[in-house]
Amino acid sequence: MMEISEELVIEAGRTERHYWKDLWRYRELFYFLAWRDILVRYKQTVIGIAWALIRPLLTMVVFVFIFGKLAKLPSDGVPYPILVFSALLPWQFFANAIAEAGNSVVSNANMISKVYFPRLVVPASAVIVGLVDFLISGVLLGGLMLWYGVVPDWRIVTLPLFLAVAVVAAMGAGLWIAALNVQFRDFRYIIPFVVQFGLYVSPVGFSSAIVPEQWRLLYSLNPMVGVIDGFRWAILGGASQLFWPSILLSLALALALAISGVLYFRKMEKRFADVI
Amino acid sequence: MTTAITVENLSKKYIISHQPRERYRTLRDVLGNGAKRLAHKLAHPFAKPEDDATHETFWALKDINFNIEQGDRVGIIGRNGAGKSTLLKILSRITEPTSGRIKIRGRVASLLEVGTGFHPELTGRENIFLNGAILGMSKAEITRKFDEIVAFAEVEKFLDTPVKRYSSGMYVRLAFAVAAHLEPEILIVDEVLAVGDIHFQNKCLGKMQDVGKDGRTVIFVSHNTAAINTLCTRGIVLSQGKLEFAGNVEEATKRYLSQSSGSSTFRRPRQLSSGVQKTVEILDCKVYSSDKQDFIVCGEVTNFEIEYIAQQHNLSIQFLIGVYDVYNTCVLFLDTVALGLSSQYLPKSGRIVLSLSEDFSLFPGVYTVNVAAMLHEELIDHIPRALQIVVHGGDFFGMGRWPRGKPLVLVQQKWRVVENNAI
Repeated sequence: MMEISEELVIEAGRTERHYWKDLWRYRELFYFLAWRDILVRYKQTVIGIAWALIRPLLTMVVFVFIFGKLAKLPSDGVPYPILVFSALLPWQFFANAIAEAGNSVVSNANMISKVYFPRLVVPASAVIVGLVDFLISGVLLGGLMLWYGVVPDWRIVTLPLFLAVAVVAAMGAGLWIAALNVQFRDFRYIIPFVVQFGLYVSPVGFSSAIVPEQWRLLYSLNPMVGVIDGFRWAILGGASQLFWPSILLSLALALALAISGVLYFRKMEKRFADVI
Repeated sequence: MTTAITVENLSKKYIISHQPRERYRTLRDVLGNGAKRLAHKLAHPFAKPEDDATHETFWALKDINFNIEQGDRVGIIGRNGAGKSTLLKILSRITEPTSGRIKIRGRVASLLEVGTGFHPELTGRENIFLNGAILGMSKAEITRKFDEIVAFAEVEKFLDTPVKRYSSGMYVRLAFAVAAHLEPEILIVDEVLAVGDIHFQNKCLGKMQDVGKDGRTVIFVSHNTAAINTLCTRGIVLSQGKLEFAGNVEEATKRYLSQSSGSSTFRRPRQLSSGVQKTVEILDCKVYSSDKQDFIVCGEVTNFEIEYIAQQHNLSIQFLIGVYDVYNTCVLFLDTVALGLSSQYLPKSGRIVLSLSEDFSLFPGVYTVNVAAMLHEELIDHIPRALQIVVHGGDFFGMGRWPRGKPLVLVQQKWRVVENNAI
């Protein structure tokens, strides 16, 4: 006779209780999904890794030309390419992560309708995959800094902190989009617009110091503003100044986005298998 | 014996939309309808809110109660739409019940499909790990059983080839091999055996029997009554979302077979039609004997009839009827082109009838019938398992007894004896 390990009760509204325990139990699936996506991504495209480099590089060249050369915006005394690239890094991570996480549930529809696992695993692993591209572009930034002779000081150690804020914000937005995507199939058409719009609204091509003081707090309602400012502050060293209220506001908003995202996702998750 | 699964008053409700073209909701529609309703409300502030006539509730399962003891091998049978899949989905926690409760003791693994999560770009080796994780195995467990899985699937040579280059047989073998090496206390399996060649099917059946023998509980859903009879000890019959019978497996399959003689007609339900206007649509099909009974007896004329509607007159539509036995072997394949029907005038809407003479019959048993319509080599409409026919034993040879053996078909025979000329 076998040992019976556990008793499970299935009832309407019952999944709540063992959800977080299950999430822990399925952590290996989480690694495997992330691993699959990374593997597939770099297998499928011939230029695989190159693609992760070309995109930010070209965007940077265009931004340097438009904002630095044509508009002649101030660069706080650092080379303009570095100013742009240090912001592009977190922004592209955020943009890719919300797009990938947003589509992840619908594109894994088959798995969701056939196997049980905490659905949160799917968008979460999509966000993690975005980190790989982030690391690849990070190497590029290192190269650029060497080229221009920009040496970071002690503040560089705070970088993971700001990255964590970006991950939290991306996770929150990604969960919202993923759940809405299942509910409304035309929601995905909104995403590319939001991403494109966000690129110009966020201080990617310019320093947020050019935003007038009285609008600064309002501007920081975009959680990526704080993240980008933080990145610049950590990477560029002495030249850039940190506007603390903006950082704190971004952090609070990113957390609010993540918490509400998890709650909304959990609420809709139960119906995924029925409507997908 | 301890109880492995207790199901109490289980019900599941779905809401069916009758609006055609609306497979899933779009934000545009929701906003549009919301605005319309708001406008209506503003125009008639005191009118009662309109009933949403386009939606109808449908109980996929209604008040199901049963117990499964530990070590039981239970077959769940029922016709299409009887609620089998819904029950499986609830048991495997893919979807929640609307009401009622289930108590499960033991680790559950469910296999509603082979190869869930397989990625065509990944190699066989990579897919074993991925699929194992999706099915709930830990990495250590997969590593431990890796060689066994590979040997079972017989794909040693192709381990590092992306599965998109696999033949469909290899693909299915690999997928089943991973699943077969799960070691849950309760295994839930949905018709995955309807794949692969006979040799592999037998191997799978053997594996499942082994699983049952070491005290594990197996729940098996299938249309294949023969497989259910050999594999299972108990049977549960579902019919239109209700539990019809639970108990001994022979009794259960008998119930199911007697119930299934009624499905010799098929009428396309409204909600199943996709709403998109097809060039040809099969509306209805049925099978009947010479005296218009749905009781088919060996040695009598068997008629197949398909009612269709086309967009215009005289399209060169090709109708196909496939008859499959319980092992999913194609026993008969009937094609209107072969019959020379294509040269005849085909009205826009009508029926085609095929009669098989009494010189030929299927062996008594249960068969499923697939029907399809093709136009210029393109599949336009296809209804898998449209009919389930039961062929009853009769006096085919008119001699009051059966010949030896268990053939698939019976044919009237004329024998002659020719003597060799002596030298």
